Amino acid sequence: MLELRGRSLLLGRALLALSVVFTLAPFLYILATSFKTEIAIATGDVLFDPTLGNYQQVLFGRRSNFVRNLFNSVTVAAVSTAITLTIGLLAAYTLERQQHSRLVSRVFLGWTLVFHVMPTLTLIGPWYLIFRWLDLYNTLTALVLVHVVLNLPLTVWLLMGFIRDIPVELEDAARVDGCTPFQVFRKVVLPLVTPGLIAAGVLAFVFSWNEFSVALTLASRAAATVPIGIAQFAQQFEIQNGPMAAASMIAILPALVLMIFGQRFVVQGLTGGALK
Amino acid sequence: MSVSSAILDDAERPVRAFRRKQLFRRVALLPAVIMLVLLTVVPMLNLFAMALAEISVSRGQTEWVFRPLANLSLLLDDTQFLTATLNTLLFTVLSVSVELVLGIGLALLAASVRRGKGWIRTVTILPILVSPVAIGAMWRLIYSYDFGPLNQILEAFGLAKVGWLSETSIALLSVVVVDVWHWTPLVFLILFAGVEGLPREVIEAARIDGANRRQLLRHIVLPLLAPAIAVAFIFRSIAAFKVFDQIVLLTGGGPGTATEVLSLRLYKVFFEQNIMGYGALLSVVTIAMILAFLLTARFSLRWLEARNA
Repeated sequence: MLELRGRSLLLGRALLALSVVFTLAPFLYILATSFKTEIAIATGDVLFDPTLGNYQQVLFGRRSNFVRNLFNSVTVAAVSTAITLTIGLLAAYTLERQQHSRLVSRVFLGWTLVFHVMPTLTLIGPWYLIFRWLDLYNTLTALVLVHVVLNLPLTVWLLMGFIRDIPVELEDAARVDGCTPFQVFRKVVLPLVTPGLIAAGVLAFVFSWNEFSVALTLASRAAATVPIGIAQFAQQFEIQNGPMAAASMIAILPALVLMIFGQRFVVQGLTGGALK
Repeated sequence: MSVSSAILDDAERPVRAFRRKQLFRRVALLPAVIMLVLLTVVPMLNLFAMALAEISVSRGQTEWVFRPLANLSLLLDDTQFLTATLNTLLFTVLSVSVELVLGIGLALLAASVRRGKGWIRTVTILPILVSPVAIGAMWRLIYSYDFGPLNQILEAFGLAKVGWLSETSIALLSVVVVDVWHWTPLVFLILFAGVEGLPREVIEAARIDGANRRQLLRHIVLPLLAPAIAVAFIFRSIAAFKVFDQIVLLTGGGPGTATEVLSLRLYKVFFEQNIMGYGALLSVVTIAMILAFLLTARFSLRWLEARNA
């Protein structure tokens, strides 16, 4: 409907192609760097002998904890996503279908908004003291708990949008047929909201996988996740550019998989709020 | 079963159904409320208490001394916090405005070509999903003074190398460029979905009425996109104000305090200088600034709506 024609179409295509190149170029550069030796990186060779040394050092190196980091990240992301989706869906359903008093839903949604807008680092101090006091400092449990609350606001809002699209008549019909409220939720709402759950779950998983500031302050040793591992390569005194590039490429893998196989859900999740 | 008990059952059924409904809706919200209270409301109250105290952590023991004025007097002389606030505002305004302009432009452009839309969307998803830490690590190499590709290109053209992250006047802009590269795709994605969802009839009608392309964009498309633009603006502003990860990887706040932002300042006060009470006070001030901004935005929107109505 806004179609360009003739010369401006060519220009438009060229600009779009350029932006695609700009978006991909840094990834390709890092991919190339991850296969270079430290010397080849330092001399800036464009042509080089590819080596797997960096990946070997990252994954099997004696002083590298990256496999441990990967395991921690997968655990924290999977568990926190599962918890967020469960409690978020229950909350979103009852909030969207106005089963709570106005005051309760306004306070709940208002607080999630305030909490979402606050920089995460503002609550780092109390979290640090509380988790030390609970003896959960430097554990995966602490990370899971904090990731759940960090993800909860967006998950609830996103799922409320998806539930809004389910015709309320379906639930009424089930109710007339004698379903209890929980049965209505489980047998009618749950199947219909599954695409929404996948979209919200993908975002929650990615967020948890990428999260840095909480991991840095609450779990930088035994419970360290992938972002902490990457940051450690960047902050050691000896030059570790190759391993850092290799670790970054490994950290990108889930994003690549989602881009190829889960595009629909990612787009729905990211644009869901904008179109409602 | 006797007749009388059947009648009784019938009479009780609505009551029981009502109770069940009550039970479900209460239990359904409870887990979320408990999590939020324990992990956000309690820490928030804790934060207010901490802001009034001097706290020392030694050998796993925390010791609190009630000293509200000490923290306040620290705040009055804290130029670093002021610098961090200004840097954060500058970073947010610069990166979000460039991202919006580029994102809107690219979304309109992508809607104006017939083929290749799927490709563009696929590519734009990648940066959005990649962690800021990995992005920071990548751009650290790209900006590298000695061997980064940017300086290699400059050298190839016979120009002097640039200290992208080490020169005070450039470092903040370099960090903004990374943010723009990382998040313009998200703005694009939101607005592209908005453009694709525009009502065709309205645009056809305007075209039949003789509107040219520029008029169409200016008077029909952009106003219809306003809600999507607002969403992208709010999303990006909130996230840009929180910026932390990339800056830790790229500059660590340097050179000097050229790229030190609020989150980084809080981290340093809490975990490098180890003055937790004062860190809590700074957190409270940060939260107060954000709430003030939210309320002002809300009231000015209402005021605008009332004036236009």
